[in-house]
Amino acid sequence: MSLHFIEFELNGQHVEGTAEARRTLLDFLRTDAGCTGPHAGCEHGVCGACTVLVDGAAVRSCLMLAVQANGKVVETVESLASGTDELHPIQQMFKEEFALQCGFCTPGFLMTMVALDRAEPRPDAAEMKEALSGHLCRCTGYQGILRVVDRLAEAGK
Amino acid sequence: MKAASFDYLEAGSAEEAVHLLGEAGSDAVILAGGQTLMPLLALRMATPTVVVDINPADDMAGVGHGEHGIRIGARTRQAQALRDPTVARHLPVLVEALGHVGHYQTRARGTVGGSIALGEPAAEQPAVAVAMGAIVELRSRRGTRMVPAREFYLGPYVTSRADDEVLIAVHFPEWHADSQVVFHEVNRRRGDFALVGLVMLLDIREERVERAGIGWFGMGATPVAAVAAEEALVGRALGEIDPREMARIALAEVAPSDDLHASALYRRTVAERIFERRLRTLTGKIAA
Repeated sequence: MSLHFIEFELNGQHVEGTAEARRTLLDFLRTDAGCTGPHAGCEHGVCGACTVLVDGAAVRSCLMLAVQANGKVVETVESLASGTDELHPIQQMFKEEFALQCGFCTPGFLMTMVALDRAEPRPDAAEMKEALSGHLCRCTGYQGILRVVDRLAEAGK
Repeated sequence: MKAASFDYLEAGSAEEAVHLLGEAGSDAVILAGGQTLMPLLALRMATPTVVVDINPADDMAGVGHGEHGIRIGARTRQAQALRDPTVARHLPVLVEALGHVGHYQTRARGTVGGSIALGEPAAEQPAVAVAMGAIVELRSRRGTRMVPAREFYLGPYVTSRADDEVLIAVHFPEWHADSQVVFHEVNRRRGDFALVGLVMLLDIREERVERAGIGWFGMGATPVAAVAAEEALVGRALGEIDPREMARIALAEVAPSDDLHASALYRRTVAERIFERRLRTLTGKIAA
């Protein structure tokens, strides 16, 4: 069992700590950094609820070791809204389109959509939908989420 | 859902990975993209004492031309290979296959070499390597070995890689730019492993098959090359090919099993129809 000192940028802030080798990035974020936006669903890469951005790429934080985030830039759902009254435009669309119910899967969906929204060249609606197949939602039937995709794709044209 | 304890070592280069794995002994594993290894660790289906992380080894990533064709470094991310212009131009079948590998989020970390080294029998990339006749480059402190993909896979997750060998790169031979390519996968949900999968490449000159490469996946304990079907196709004029007969020949080389996801009968039935239909469409289109 090896212990590692790690430091990285989390939502614009410097964080550091000690992590046992086997600690996942997800557990480090939630337990050590107090950042509970990424949700622990299946913890083996199936559900997508733990999706965060690492150096701009949407990845599953349960499939990365905390030590592997050393020196990287990590963004979670906490970085999106600038205040309780000011949601990120994609969060606002989620609200308007009833794209969430219990909200457990939502942080993951949002982070993938943020990555897609920033991508160059910008993916079209079909490509965005394909990318969202990496997330499971058990409440909405996906229809609200897909309306957000259509609006997002339309807005990017 | 928490991994057992292990020691973590970082390899900054291929050379360092080879050295660290050689030192660590048989209980060590290489961590590439981690999109399969991390679940195996979380489920404690794998309990290594040492994990050697090759993510910092930038010299193991990238696509280039080599003496054996297109060389893809083992740590090249699947997402990176998907948008690489050399891969797009020379390995269109791999591009198509990569679109079926996991999901957008897993392809951002998952690697070409990791999947090919692992040898999941229902995975896409090992089947492409087998169908195309790729060569796997393995390196240890004892030296470098070049192993044909067709001899590399021995069983589910079992390959001829020795414990101290690191998969450095995969070499895909170049096929004609106008090769006819089939990639067909049947699964229940996008991103799942295949219930039935087929990779087929045909070089056709003057309405005659000059070269054929065929691989099955999800149809047995390893990806399987349909050698008898390849031999039956090569040299034959398109008008003389009976797709149904060819499908039967190609099916004679696999022994799919029953499992939770599909019965062996289902796999054989679907595979035979896919093969026949795709070959008929392909030969018909050119003959027309």
